[in-house]
Amino acid sequence: MLKADLIIVGAGPAGMAAARCAAEAKLSVLVLDEQPSPGGQIYRDVDRASAVRGDILGRDFTDGQTLTRGLQHERITHLKGAVVWQIEDGTRVAFTQDGKAALATGQRIILATGALERPMPVPGWTLPGVMTAGSAQILLKQSGIACERAVLVGSGPLLYLVATQMVRAGVPPLALVETQTKTDLIKSLRHVGGALRGWPYLLKGLKMLAELRRAGIPRHVGATHIAVEGDQCAQAVTFQIGNTKHRIECDVVLMHHGVVPNTQAARSIDIPHNWDDAQNCFAPKSDAWGRSSVATVFIAGDGAGIGGAKAAAYAGEIAALEIAHDLGMVSKEDRDTSVQPLRKGLNAERAERPFIDGAYPPYAGAITPSDDTIICRCEEVTAGEVRRMAGLGCLGPNQTKAFGRPGMGPCQGRYCGLSVTQILSEANEISSNETGYYRIRPPLKPITLGEIADIAKTETIEVRE
Amino acid sequence: MKTVSPFREITPTGDHVSVSFEEADLMLPRGENLAGALLVAGIMPFRHTPVSGAPRGPFCMMGACYDCLIEIDGVTRQACMLQVTEGMKITMPSARGSKDA
Amino acid sequence: MTSDYAIIGGGIVGLSTAWGLLKRGLRVTVLDGDDGSFRASRGNFGLVWVQSKGMNQPRYAQWSQESAAAWAGFAAELNDATGRDLGLEQKGGYDFHFSEETLEATVAKYEILKEKLGGNYPYEVLGHNALRREEPAIGPKVVGAILHHQDGHANPLKLLHALADDVRRLGGVILNGKHVVSVDKTDLFCVKCEDGTEVRSRKTILSAGLGAMSLGPMLGFKAPIRPQRGQVMITEKLPKLINRPSLIARQVDEGGIQIGATNEEVGLDDHVTQPGLSGLAAEAIAAFPALAKAQLVRSWGALRILSPDGLPIYQESSEMPGAYLVTCHSGITLAASHARFLPDWLEGADAAPNLEVFSEDRFSVS
Repeated sequence: MLKADLIIVGAGPAGMAAARCAAEAKLSVLVLDEQPSPGGQIYRDVDRASAVRGDILGRDFTDGQTLTRGLQHERITHLKGAVVWQIEDGTRVAFTQDGKAALATGQRIILATGALERPMPVPGWTLPGVMTAGSAQILLKQSGIACERAVLVGSGPLLYLVATQMVRAGVPPLALVETQTKTDLIKSLRHVGGALRGWPYLLKGLKMLAELRRAGIPRHVGATHIAVEGDQCAQAVTFQIGNTKHRIECDVVLMHHGVVPNTQAARSIDIPHNWDDAQNCFAPKSDAWGRSSVATVFIAGDGAGIGGAKAAAYAGEIAALEIAHDLGMVSKEDRDTSVQPLRKGLNAERAERPFIDGAYPPYAGAITPSDDTIICRCEEVTAGEVRRMAGLGCLGPNQTKAFGRPGMGPCQGRYCGLSVTQILSEANEISSNETGYYRIRPPLKPITLGEIADIAKTETIEVRE
Repeated sequence: MKTVSPFREITPTGDHVSVSFEEADLMLPRGENLAGALLVAGIMPFRHTPVSGAPRGPFCMMGACYDCLIEIDGVTRQACMLQVTEGMKITMPSARGSKDA
Repeated sequence: MTSDYAIIGGGIVGLSTAWGLLKRGLRVTVLDGDDGSFRASRGNFGLVWVQSKGMNQPRYAQWSQESAAAWAGFAAELNDATGRDLGLEQKGGYDFHFSEETLEATVAKYEILKEKLGGNYPYEVLGHNALRREEPAIGPKVVGAILHHQDGHANPLKLLHALADDVRRLGGVILNGKHVVSVDKTDLFCVKCEDGTEVRSRKTILSAGLGAMSLGPMLGFKAPIRPQRGQVMITEKLPKLINRPSLIARQVDEGGIQIGATNEEVGLDDHVTQPGLSGLAAEAIAAFPALAKAQLVRSWGALRILSPDGLPIYQESSEMPGAYLVTCHSGITLAASHARFLPDWLEGADAAPNLEVFSEDRFSVS
């Protein structure tokens, strides 16, 4: 059993920043990272990729190396390929690494598990060749793999970022099919004060659009009735602009309409969540330091609420600072002084969120999918079946899961949970908050029975001080 | 399966090792992400679903969707969470519902 | 709305009983809890089980046998009406043993019960090699098993879904998201809910699982029930590995292998614990070594509803005649009995089964 002052789950910007801050406050830190190299998703494999592809991926990406270098500290033990499958009593974490399960205890835990792509169910989205826009970025970052004959579909700045990275890699997308409308943009202008405070991002956005225009990438804006055609794999995207039907033949469809907090770990320890109307997702309840209703567990980064990489780093440091104070390593005065610039930075980073959320709302057609659209990929349950179960008295996702199996597959509801909640909410005419979400239980990720049975029974090992 | 994969390495490495996927012998770049390497090699689909036999391949590339499942040494694994090593024997997952005899 | 029966609790027990009453042309209103309610109906193991029941009370063994015998007809009728196949398989089930001593001790008990049942207790003892022929995947640590031919399993979630479907189709009213706060009786029962809903009925059935702990005394019942947690796990879908169910593991119709269960007295706590999971995994691997490589996909904890002797309680209230307590911890096995035979008892019909041994009289006044 490994023992540390602080256990951090996740080595993205929040996890890395928290680790460094805690280590400098003389806490012993154990970072459990399911990936083989640090960086989470946004800085995926940044150490290796920067050298080879830094120019394609840009400064925003390569800047992640500051954080990965920060993990080189004698008080930080960074376990790679360590998959957490259970958290108990707010202090004990069960994980598996190299086919061996093990336990770790910490006085405090930070959940820094980041975000997932918002599920975007459209007809044909389960065909091979249909992937998230984020996955195309991961392929490019980690493996230098580009997708040819790809169409980007959905809404949000990530679509533009992926498109420009593809252009720079010499493999431009065939087109962008965007679901936001001019009305969305106009309505979000009431947030423009905030957006202007986040002006670097706005400027970056405009530059990306200019780059795409120069590269001649067609953009279809205000798309509806999106579907993917194909027999054994994706062969075309169909959509409508107004009443005009369009069809683009392609080999790869990259979909994205926002990211949402990955709430599996937080939910598995019964942390209450609230529906966020602006961001159309659930977020865990936590205080200004990131402390949850479980006093020893903190949540930092996109997993607490979408804010982006830099916001995540600030939030990680803020949580680590409070934990160091908790454990008597930092006085209240020092804590309050140190946190000032962090809060300032965090607020600046968060400033443009309302504008982005308003200008690029989720695709309505995926929030209210047609009856025959599969919404649970694992168990192949359609939206229509979920609506039918609402008619059989299923007020919430857990009864629905029992009746029809959505959420029972290996992804454990990561790609259907929000869809099921929203479909039920609409069918039963009650709010998403009241409808609730799947009850999440261990294992957080599938693990073999052999590993669970043989949980390493070793002496308690103090993580290096 | 496509004859030419739409996934292309823009900075190909020279160090390839032999790996098998079902009956096919492949040369994949050592140490690289397995799902990405299989995509470049033209493997599509990775599996057929136990519920309906539908073809599936990688979707999220971050270990969350479980669509890129393959089988190594009798254990079902996510290809996107593994790296290519020499001599890997990969098959489609044998997981299925008991609709089969 | 005035019904013949108001049924408090819309799980398997409440819905099976509702179904049987509706088939007799009676008007039924079911009041069901919400999405987060404990719901043993969602967390059980799915066995349609005879062996090991009623070792100290042959009438319970018989009641289970009657239900098991009626299950196929019940499932067929639900299938015809709803198009849902309940996945019933009644090819026998095992009690696995890891030592000769426990195997022999259990056989001795079964022989005594068999005599009391007039010989109707068809079981056989399989040594390891005979068991291997039936279950090629069985592990070397299993010295033998008792195979009881009246045992089987079904898909309990499909049963729940089919009942919810057919009860509505038969004209039953199901009110979801209701929490009953009081029950009064003048000439009719008036069942009142937290949100103001009121249901009036000729008779009332309390089949609310653990809800009977608070609602039972309100209706004049002792309701000496307590929760007992069972942790259960289920693997990824696998090729056929296990032919017959046991209490340790069964392969469900969807392909996953379900493993269970713990017996923990922890109050109203349905959490899953790592030691619980590790213990269950170890036992499953001891029985079926190939499971060491199987991926665990889900786990859950569910709360059994246990009376002091583990037997059902069927009781009419003396304080409020016309109110009935119907509770058990084998709701799946007894679903057929609750659907076919219990309504006769509720209506006081000639064909009513003898359920005297299940009355609350057997519990001494505390």
